Amino acid sequence: MSFDFGFALGILPVLLQGAVLTVLATIGGFAGALVGGAIVATMHRSDIKALRFLAIGFVYVIRNTPLLVQLYFVFYVLPSFGITIGALSAGILGLSLHYSAFIAEVYRAGIGAVPVGQFEAADALGLGTVQKWALVIAPQAVKPILPVLGNYLIGMFKETPILATITVIELFGAAQDVAGKTYRYNEPYTLVALIFLAISIPCSLLVRRLDSTRKGA
Amino acid sequence: MTDSFAKLAELMPLLLEGAWATLRISAMSLVAAMAVAFLIGMARLSGLRPLRIGAVIFVEFFRGTSLLVQLFFLYFILPLYHIRLGAETTAVLGIGLNLGAYGSEIVRSAIASIGIGQYEAARSLSLPRWITFSKIIFPQAMLIMLPSFGNLAIEIVKATALVSLITITELTQTGHNLINATGDTSLVWLIILVMYLAINTPLNLLVSWAEKRAGRFKQGKSRVV
Repeated sequence: MSFDFGFALGILPVLLQGAVLTVLATIGGFAGALVGGAIVATMHRSDIKALRFLAIGFVYVIRNTPLLVQLYFVFYVLPSFGITIGALSAGILGLSLHYSAFIAEVYRAGIGAVPVGQFEAADALGLGTVQKWALVIAPQAVKPILPVLGNYLIGMFKETPILATITVIELFGAAQDVAGKTYRYNEPYTLVALIFLAISIPCSLLVRRLDSTRKGA
Repeated sequence: MTDSFAKLAELMPLLLEGAWATLRISAMSLVAAMAVAFLIGMARLSGLRPLRIGAVIFVEFFRGTSLLVQLFFLYFILPLYHIRLGAETTAVLGIGLNLGAYGSEIVRSAIASIGIGQYEAARSLSLPRWITFSKIIFPQAMLIMLPSFGNLAIEIVKATALVSLITITELTQTGHNLINATGDTSLVWLIILVMYLAINTPLNLLVSWAEKRAGRFKQGKSRVV
């Protein structure tokens, strides 16, 4: 079976609509993960043992179980506790939870890279907690973690097709839809791969550039 | 609660069967991924330009698109070109190519991290290139790679969950089947999560052991120098 360019062109609008949803889900999931990661990282630094323990346990479970199963958990188990959310919201929540475990570790590494002397100097100057973090620690911690965060953003973008399994019609879901209705698999799946490459390769080049300018400076 | 336990005992044989399938596919995929990783990783370091460029394209392609899309591609598109693979072969091939692309970076960076002095020392002893690589460079690089390959193994176990979507009955698909049969969604997904943890925890311990070993080796080496 050959590749039909006319057919491919015809289904492109539908797929691009799906791609918009993919990008939205990625942005939503990433925003959630940035906040979630900050919460987990803060719990990790807490003086309260139970909070630390909870943070470690959360990261451990997330890192050692598949995203797919975590998504099923959010999508199928939450309703049985009386929490009903839409498929897209469940997908974004699942992505946020999953990536917050990884991003918490990124924050931790970034904060760990700030020399202890900086903390001590801020304390010696009598800065309050908020000032210490906002003016002294965070600006130094952010620089090395930006490229790493960029890589996670790209990683998340590539994992959004998994949302199709919980009925979100993003790029991959749209392709499955077309394939199911027309019995043509070649064009939709090829286009999906091409659209992913068209978005992810420029993004990863950008991250690499960001990384090299940082190292060069 | 006792009801749940009774149910659990009933489900256990099926769950173990699913876990076994996950383990089997993971092991085969790991072998495939290691082969791809070494092949592509070495090609990236090769003196031949076309080989290097080919390897970069391979890595960009497999890292730039989603594993799920690649699996569907292999499963649904290849037959259109008269290449028919069984579901499990497709799974191993797909995971092997995708995770192998990531693994090639492990191989490349480990070999690249061996000091130039090691090459110079081998040259001054007039060792042939092959011996230099197999007896001096590779053993040191392997030690650096070990913890990363442990992490790759964990990634592979998690990636096998996706092959449930190309009709393979592994742990995740077993979960679906059991929910259809019992209707107890929360319990089944909880057990599935715990089973993945049970598979990956020993791997995790192995990784931290390997990290410690690699660290000690490096310390010992610096003392000799």
